[in-house]
Amino acid sequence: MKWDKRLVAVTSGLTGGLALAATPAWAGLGELNLPYGVTSIAHMNYDLNMLVLWITIFIGIIVFGAMGYSMYHHRKSQGATAAQFHHNTTIEIVWTVIPLLILVGMAIAATRGLVLMYDTDNADMDIKVTGYQWQWRYDYLGEGVSFYSKLDEQSNQARELGSSLQPERVDNYLRNVDKPLVVPINTKIRFLITAEDVIHAWWVPEFGWKMDAIPGFVNKAWAKIEQPGVYRGQCAELCGRDHAFMPIVVIAKTPEEYKKWLAEEKKRQGAAEGAEQAAAEPSPAVDVAQTQS
Amino acid sequence: MSAVDHAEAHHHDGPEPGLLRWVFTTNHKDIGTLYLLFSLLMFFVGGAMALIIRAELFQPGMQLVDPYFFNEMTTLHGLVMIFGAIMPGFVGLANWQVPMMLGAPDMALPRLNNWSFWLLPFAFTLLLSTLFMPGGGPAGGWTMYPPLMLETGQAFPFVIFAVHLMGMSSILGAINIIATIFNMRAPGLTLMMMPMFVWTWLITAFLLIAAMPVLAGAVTMLLTDQYFGTHFFNAAGGGDPVMYQHIFWFFGHPEVYIMILPAFGIISQIIPTFARKPLFGYASMVYATASIAFLSFIVWAHHMFTVGMPLAGELFFMYATMLIAVPTGVKVFNWVATMWQGAMTFETPMLFALAFVILFSIGGFSGLMLAIASVDFQYQDGYFVVAHFHYVLVTGAAFAIIAAAYYWLPKWTGNMYDEQLGKLHFWLSLVSVNVLYFPQHFVGLAGMPRRIPDYAVQFTEWNMVSTVGAFVFGFSQLIFAWIVIKAIRGGVKAEGRSWEGAHGMEWELPSPAPYHSFQTPPDISKVMASGDAHS
Ligand code: HEM
Ligand SMILES: [Cu+2]
Ligand SMILES: [Cu+2]
Repeated sequence: MKWDKRLVAVTSGLTGGLALAATPAWAGLGELNLPYGVTSIAHMNYDLNMLVLWITIFIGIIVFGAMGYSMYHHRKSQGATAAQFHHNTTIEIVWTVIPLLILVGMAIAATRGLVLMYDTDNADMDIKVTGYQWQWRYDYLGEGVSFYSKLDEQSNQARELGSSLQPERVDNYLRNVDKPLVVPINTKIRFLITAEDVIHAWWVPEFGWKMDAIPGFVNKAWAKIEQPGVYRGQCAELCGRDHAFMPIVVIAKTPEEYKKWLAEEKKRQGAAEGAEQAAAEPSPAVDVAQTQS
Repeated sequence: MSAVDHAEAHHHDGPEPGLLRWVFTTNHKDIGTLYLLFSLLMFFVGGAMALIIRAELFQPGMQLVDPYFFNEMTTLHGLVMIFGAIMPGFVGLANWQVPMMLGAPDMALPRLNNWSFWLLPFAFTLLLSTLFMPGGGPAGGWTMYPPLMLETGQAFPFVIFAVHLMGMSSILGAINIIATIFNMRAPGLTLMMMPMFVWTWLITAFLLIAAMPVLAGAVTMLLTDQYFGTHFFNAAGGGDPVMYQHIFWFFGHPEVYIMILPAFGIISQIIPTFARKPLFGYASMVYATASIAFLSFIVWAHHMFTVGMPLAGELFFMYATMLIAVPTGVKVFNWVATMWQGAMTFETPMLFALAFVILFSIGGFSGLMLAIASVDFQYQDGYFVVAHFHYVLVTGAAFAIIAAAYYWLPKWTGNMYDEQLGKLHFWLSLVSVNVLYFPQHFVGLAGMPRRIPDYAVQFTEWNMVSTVGAFVFGFSQLIFAWIVIKAIRGGVKAEGRSWEGAHGMEWELPSPAPYHSFQTPPDISKVMASGDAHS
């Protein structure tokens, strides 16, 4: 027994020590959980995540506790002799029914969550998101504003094999783009998500969801952002060689600032007639969207 | 050199001499050995790929490989570990143990048995050779989703053909196991008297027969989309890329249970032995296994919560998935109840079995979290999922295979393995595997996607920890290989009943077991009287 304990100590010490020795900075060690986020969906998912986590911890304590107790007290070396019972209908029913009840409770909470996520009606504005290998395109439907958004130049340089530019020296390495998506806060934004080549997935953790971008189909999701800020994410579905290098940056502004930005953007894109055109012939994306549930 | 060489001395009907023996053999033990050695080899091949992956992920920035090569590594690592290491490992164990546990001389279909093994080396040679083909190997993930998979270069048809071969091998192996269990049981051995390992394998074999042809169908449709102008998965031609995912996961979820049910069986053999107490709730174990198998066919779309399914679909698959936790929980509770008031000792097989119970449960817990569909919109395709399935597959399936190897090595080789080294292997593995996978929960929740060769700097620390764990874990497995070799070559002679508390027909045979196991069926009533029966 002693021999075992020494081994545990040595191996855990060695592995843990090595692991920590390899750790130059400590900031990242605090990155442990889902973000609480800036939308009602994100909050709800955070809460559900914690609810189920605590339930599993609770069950774990009971099961592993019983197991630990048994492993300690029912050892042959402690002079234990084995009982020979091999079933007990009552307890077997109990430990089938109680988990079932816990699950029913969880299912009710989870169902409410899903219903909230799927409520994409009555949006104040629509943004079409299109995935490409390896960048995103954003269309502000009805506004005639659209642009591509890809990995920023510095990250792009630093990510090369054997690059002399260290990732630590780049601002928001791999989480920065040349042209971010700009949106208003306190506005129900519907995202219409699709792709041109292969499947991608548009994921900003602070919004509480990701959604697959599938060529030929349009998926719907929504966000009503509560606070101005810069929210970063990236493609979440393997889409080829540079899958790791197609970040998402969303800048949320107050509605007034957003309007200003949009006006400038329109001017810049010379999209005055474009907007008229878009109004006359509704974007095909919206039609396709109706076919999805 | 193998176990059976020792048997030769005692039995007139031993194996053929020479190397060709291994090519032509129809003996369940020889074929079992081939499967197990193949599995071990693939474990190291897949492990080497994993270490390349972890080495690149040690810190942000690209240091070692091209992103495309990284994607080839994740893809092949998955395929090699699933189809080359875990599944052949279980089939090898079934080959060795099922005839012995049933009181039979051999498998029911020995020639088929030979063929089902020998398909595998060809399948994996083909698969691994794609790395050297123009355009590189497959890099679309082990799930091979179109349209990305269709961008594979010349390797494409070879990958599909390799998958076909693996599928054929599995189906043939499954047919053989079913035929053996239904036809070769010793007289008087009813189904509800069979050891749990045999029961779980029977159910697994049915899963295999139902699931593998579906995979074959899915990849064949990829093939025809690529070369014969069909548009199954091409939206521009009226197809649907998501349909591939439905078909794939209709295979894929049963597949994950194919990789865990035999493990449940192994743990249900080992814990009673070292607790010196009969398995608790034998009948409920059988029913729980059967209900898991049934449910495993109606939960597939929990892998696809973010593809844009209708709400009703999400709800159905969420409820069905949550339901699986009930029979899974029953299994764990039964194991704990088996230990309860036993007289436990902690030899290496038991240590791995106990670690299995705890760490597999942790994987089950994260599974339950993943089942909550709305939160899965956060978890999906992130490292949290990676942590989940490595807990259930490495500390679940692989730990069970290792536990089984320690448990039955004395029976196979006639020699006890080196217990001190076994414990060293266990403790090193236990600590390092958690250093390796536990932090992946954290980075996953914090927003790190899976299948990326490079990441944002806030994920650095836990990735470093994980990589250190990976290297310690990987190299610790060399100890295991050494222990196996050592036991094959000699050691303390094992008794027929190698473990004090071991019950079951394999322990009625001498160690090493004779080449043709039971040439006359054992007397079941006598074996039962010795406490080897269940229920
Ligand atoms: C309590 C039981 C379990 C539940 C509720 C469960 C649930 C899930 C869910 C919902 C996912 C999808 C996560 C996602 O992609 O977002 C998943 C993934 C996965 N699970 Fe489990 N799981 C359970 C047990 C197991 C077992 C026993 C195994 C295998 C031994 C397993 C292997 C896997 C694998 C391999 C994946 C990922 C496949 C991939 O995307 O490559 N799971 N699980
Ligand atoms: Cu991607
Ligand atoms: Cu599944």
